[in-house]
Amino acid sequence: MKLGRFFLTGFFFGIVLTKAEAVSWYRIYEMFHFQSFHMFGIIGMALFTGIIGLQIVKRKKLKDFNGFPIKIIGKERGFWRYVFGGTLFGLGWALVGSCPGPIFILLGTGTYAIAVVLVGALLGTYIYGLLKDKLPH
Amino acid sequence: MEFIYGTWHWSISGFLIGVIMLILTYFGKTFGMSSNLRTMCSMAGAGKFSDFFKLDWREQKWNLTIVLGAIVGGFIAYHFLSNGTGVNINSETIAQLQELGIDTPNGKLLPDAIFSIETLQTPKGFVILLIGGLLIGFGTRYAGGCTSGHAISGLSNLQLPSLVAVVGFFIGGLLMAHYLLPLILKTV
Repeated sequence: MKLGRFFLTGFFFGIVLTKAEAVSWYRIYEMFHFQSFHMFGIIGMALFTGIIGLQIVKRKKLKDFNGFPIKIIGKERGFWRYVFGGTLFGLGWALVGSCPGPIFILLGTGTYAIAVVLVGALLGTYIYGLLKDKLPH
Repeated sequence: MEFIYGTWHWSISGFLIGVIMLILTYFGKTFGMSSNLRTMCSMAGAGKFSDFFKLDWREQKWNLTIVLGAIVGGFIAYHFLSNGTGVNINSETIAQLQELGIDTPNGKLLPDAIFSIETLQTPKGFVILLIGGLLIGFGTRYAGGCTSGHAISGLSNLQLPSLVAVVGFFIGGLLMAHYLLPLILKTV
């Protein structure tokens, strides 16, 4: 089973985000109003773990699951795409309280309404694909 | 067992999310959930209309499998690992939300005022969800990532573009939460 390990990783991700309540509209609202440390703590701790982990990977030149050296791909250069794209995503995130991961996880919790958000997100991605070459990046 | 059924502490949750990102790195992959939206567009045949979607979606099967796992994980966590004591948000937040006509969590992850089937069937409720989705889909692809791709894996790798994107997430989020959301909920 080549894909089994990815299913398990996703499964674990779904459980953690649900139990952390990072999928909760209320937690996102509370975060953007700076009324709780909870979400900031989660993101901060994930970063702390991630930064240390990736530093170890780089310094020890660790190999991946298949025995190849791990290469971590950097983000593309650009400025406006990150400002405009980031801001538009932020508007959506605070409106419906979910980012792409939680959209899928909430489908699993049985929230039918989130399917509308998913359809919107697919449409939004499609519209970006059509307009890509006309936008500043 | 209380520690499993209640809200998981931020330090444990955050640590585990960091570990998930590192596990994917070990598998030779990059943590990013919004890429799946692009893959799904490709699968639906969007490549006929834009080169952006001309990709071999089979190479993204691993990421789609993560999505499948996440859906099942959400199902299990919600139905079998919760006892309805969670989502204890700030009482100030609750008071603020009441003024906006948003119901108190009482253990629910989502407010009925936005996500119930009744709300979904009203034009306003439907449009809010659809526009939220449009902004998420368009914005993440424009910015080349979402919370997982930029705020977690990008920043962990000390990427400047990710920092700019995360600042953008907060500009948009603060604008919506403080100014636009009250306007939308109260006036429309």
